[in-house]
Amino acid sequence: MKSRIPVVLLACGSFNPITNMHLRLFEVARDHLHKTAVPELKLLCGADVLKTFQTPNLWKDAHIQEIVEKFGLVCVGRAGHDAERYILGLPILQKYQHNIHLAREPVQNEISATYIRRALSQGQSVKYLLPDAVIAYIKDHNLYTKDSSWKDNNT
Amino acid sequence: MENSEKTELVLLACGSFNPITNMHLRLFELAKDYMNGTGKYKVIKGIISPVGDAYKKKGLISAHHRVFMAQLATKNSEWVEVDTWESLQKEWVETAKVLRHHQEKLEASSCGNEQGSPVLERPGRKRKWAEQRQDFSQKKSLEPKTKGVPKVKLLCGADLLESFGVPNLWKSEDITQIVRDYGLICITRAGNDAQKFIYESDVLWKYQNNIHLVNEWITNDISSTKIRQALRRGQSIRYLVPDLVQEYIEKHDLYTSESEERNVGVILAPLQRNMAEANS
Repeated sequence: MKSRIPVVLLACGSFNPITNMHLRLFEVARDHLHKTAVPELKLLCGADVLKTFQTPNLWKDAHIQEIVEKFGLVCVGRAGHDAERYILGLPILQKYQHNIHLAREPVQNEISATYIRRALSQGQSVKYLLPDAVIAYIKDHNLYTKDSSWKDNNT
Repeated sequence: MENSEKTELVLLACGSFNPITNMHLRLFELAKDYMNGTGKYKVIKGIISPVGDAYKKKGLISAHHRVFMAQLATKNSEWVEVDTWESLQKEWVETAKVLRHHQEKLEASSCGNEQGSPVLERPGRKRKWAEQRQDFSQKKSLEPKTKGVPKVKLLCGADLLESFGVPNLWKSEDITQIVRDYGLICITRAGNDAQKFIYESDVLWKYQNNIHLVNEWITNDISSTKIRQALRRGQSIRYLVPDLVQEYIEKHDLYTSESEERNVGVILAPLQRNMAEANS
């Protein structure tokens, strides 16, 4: 029996708002890691974030290096995104690809926060896409309404 | 359109719910937003009607559990509830019959209200009703008695719509009855495929105005089959089903390799019945 090394998954992001899909990332990553023995702190993200490493001036090169070299990435697949291609497309990712774990989400789940914000501003239901407590909070604080300053620009 | 002129709707979803998932629950929310958004309807209730064990589908666990999970799932819903009538019948019940059962139930309780029993929404409504009866006593037949009875519509995904094409799964007169007398609200990702399917069927084409296609922009592939598979593989189903459902499944170890083998080799009830009738 392999010795269990504690792992902490860290997810950074707008969470604007948090959705069930964000929460799924943790579950899928954990299932994946329980099959492989991986140590320490890892950055958890979706494949869409992996793509952003290519965007000029969005990430400092030194930081990307540090993330993949020192910590490691757990990347959960997403429809329309080819994670393997993103890795091959960036030399620094290719170099440390052994430290990038691609986890497959068995259930395709495209609950984008962008859609949620749009649905909310149009008064449509988002029940069962986010935890109930989050929906209640959004309602109580009048977030993401039509008048809200968080307008949807091109993401 | 004033609220009093809108047709009240009850959305009925039939299925195995083996188990119920967040996707099933989303169907109701999407349908309600869409139908209310047309301005012609007011959705007043959603009903989940789990199929009885006599359906004999592979992997179908006991109705008792499926009903209970659906109840857990709708605990926090203000308008969606679970109905056990279908699941309690000894023999499998055709969907058209389930629709009819619920429509008749609505008509029965609605008649009770017409006879002046004080179940009124707002005081203003009573006055309006009384005024109408005074002024237009001769027009009694035109009074909104039929409009006052909510209409039941079948809520489903595109898979059910396309299952109309499976030989012997549905009686053709049942399909006609469903689309002609009740109506379908079909939540689909691939609107074009569903429209094509309607186009290619004479009966669906004839009653296309009674088939409402609602687009689901969020790809939500949370099928019960995948849930059961994930459970067999020890994978997490959290956030795919309501937390209470996930806890219940875990507590009772409901879905295993053994449970998936239930009804293997047994012919599905509708196929059995329709083929038998065809041969008689």
